[in-house]
Amino acid sequence: MSTPVKYDAVESSAAWRFSDRIGLAFCWFLGLLFCAIAAAIVIYMLVKGIQYVRPELLTTSPTTGFTQAKTGGFLDPLIGTFIVAAIGIAIALPLGIAIAVWLSEFGRPFALARVVESTVEMIAGTPSIVLALFGTVIFSSTALAFLSRESGGVVFGRSFFAAGAMLSLVALPLVVSATREGLQAIPAHVREASYAVGKTKIATTRRILLPAARPSVATGAMLGLGRIIGDTAIIVVLLGALQNFEPTGSVFPFDYLQGAGSTLTNYVYSNAPTGELNNPQKAYAAAFVLLVLVLFLNAAVDVVHRRSRKAGSWNS
Amino acid sequence: MATQAYSLDLEEELLSAEEVPRWSDRRAELTLGARVVAVVGLLVAMVVFVFIRGWPSFQHNGLSWFTAGGSVDNQLQTIFMSGETPGAEPVYTLHAWPLIWSTFLITGGAVAIAFTCSLFVSVFIVEFAPEWMRNILQPVVRLLASVPSVVYGLIGVLVLVPFVNNHLITESSRASVDHIISLTGYGLGTAVVILTVMIAPLMISIFCDGLNAVRKSWLEGSLAAGVNRWRTFWKIAVRTARPALVAGTVIATARAIGEAIMLAMVSGGVGFTPNPFDGAIFFVEPSRPIAPTIVANIDGLASAPSKSTLFAFASLLLFSAAMLSFAGWIARQSMKKYTAHV
Repeated sequence: MSTPVKYDAVESSAAWRFSDRIGLAFCWFLGLLFCAIAAAIVIYMLVKGIQYVRPELLTTSPTTGFTQAKTGGFLDPLIGTFIVAAIGIAIALPLGIAIAVWLSEFGRPFALARVVESTVEMIAGTPSIVLALFGTVIFSSTALAFLSRESGGVVFGRSFFAAGAMLSLVALPLVVSATREGLQAIPAHVREASYAVGKTKIATTRRILLPAARPSVATGAMLGLGRIIGDTAIIVVLLGALQNFEPTGSVFPFDYLQGAGSTLTNYVYSNAPTGELNNPQKAYAAAFVLLVLVLFLNAAVDVVHRRSRKAGSWNS
Repeated sequence: MATQAYSLDLEEELLSAEEVPRWSDRRAELTLGARVVAVVGLLVAMVVFVFIRGWPSFQHNGLSWFTAGGSVDNQLQTIFMSGETPGAEPVYTLHAWPLIWSTFLITGGAVAIAFTCSLFVSVFIVEFAPEWMRNILQPVVRLLASVPSVVYGLIGVLVLVPFVNNHLITESSRASVDHIISLTGYGLGTAVVILTVMIAPLMISIFCDGLNAVRKSWLEGSLAAGVNRWRTFWKIAVRTARPALVAGTVIATARAIGEAIMLAMVSGGVGFTPNPFDGAIFFVEPSRPIAPTIVANIDGLASAPSKSTLFAFASLLLFSAAMLSFAGWIARQSMKKYTAHV
């Protein structure tokens, strides 16, 4: 955000009409209300987290049991979260950068560029539950049976591959817009200097523009990661409403990726009182861990921002 | 620092200038273009597939799909069973009005409240908040935007719902509708409150960008004419930033329509049509919008008619999202004439 107007002498609101002063008071009220809501959420989750998170929860797998003490921890969902995040961002990052580079550096024909812009906008506006349903269409097709489990000609269509691939679409628009912003912030003379020494467009992009836009790309990637980690609808539909890993096949890393499983969001969802398992303590603990992950990503975005600002922009 | 890195890179490039480029521009453009076209194709495929899969449900019901009639949950159950029973004729009969009405109410309520709040908060952040307050509010907004929806849902279920149930619903009002629905705190009001908190940060960040982009000289002109800061900002900055207001509202509305998990948790699991003429009870009546209905009936993917119904819901969501961005685009086009290009 750019710096706001600096008035040498700030006008006192005492001279304003009464209605204007009411409006300003309303602003303060809402601003403080938002702070209070955020503080309430964080403090409440912190209290519940300290109350229910035990180190052994992070290292034991979920088990079925009748009391909350016997249902185990959430090691599997925690690892599952990392797996879908890795798969999702591994697809979204290269694809997002490619789209952003094409839009910002090539963008011909013009009509196609407009179509691509609206496509990215549409993907951003598509509800993740719709993406999930579309995922069931893709991954239940027999051509993609190798990405999930198949029994008797019926493709199961639920696996880490499927969930990760659809989640990459959730992160894609964030990566594209952040990267594009970063590329467009680089002034034209930088490109021209590179062309002047005989560099091709793509060499310029790879060696000069993308390295310069690295903070923006990193920001986009982390925002995308946050969305992937926090998404539940796609996980519920495409990963199966399970608790533990259910490996399929025999080759080591792929049996897990091909199989169904769970992530933290899915775990919280089914352990909430409205879910099938109803272990609120476990739900609190898992939600706390999830919130910590997301806040950590948020803090990382801030650090990247501050560093890139300290490094100076092209115009200074 | 960035400039330095760039000049170093440039020297390196100069030294290796004789190297034949591995990637010609033409090839690079085609490779990138292929990926771009693939993504466009994926979106088109999604729209086509979702509509084709959902078509039988629309086809069998015609326009009565959108009307009221009977219990939506019973209809969904019948549809599901008809696909599970071998040899049975598939049933598609569905009157989805309760779900559509609920989507209207919850989305509309949340967007209306969130718009008002966000406008005031972003005006506050951009212009009137003191430096320290701004430094608190900006991270707070980012934080609220990044809390996963399932965490909002959990807090709703374990904090807000019991509160509404214990303090806001009187026994007499509970008894008065006992024969139709049970009021348990899961319902419209809870859903709208949480959804508002979820979508307001989205609006605030886009509104702030728009308000920040207003030319300072325009504001200064008004201030020089003796108009006070409050009036100046509302009359000039907020008006100039109208395209940003539209863009933010469209994005937030799309998010609200598509929100499934949080609403599946707090909106109450009944396809009920809340009646505004019920008085205060209206705000605590349960009702389930379209997106959470898909989540609640996701097991229906196993049964053919049920699957088609779910895809019909999904195509309705897709259609509304597309119409929203289209309407937003039209609105921004007509505003462009009168406002600065933001």
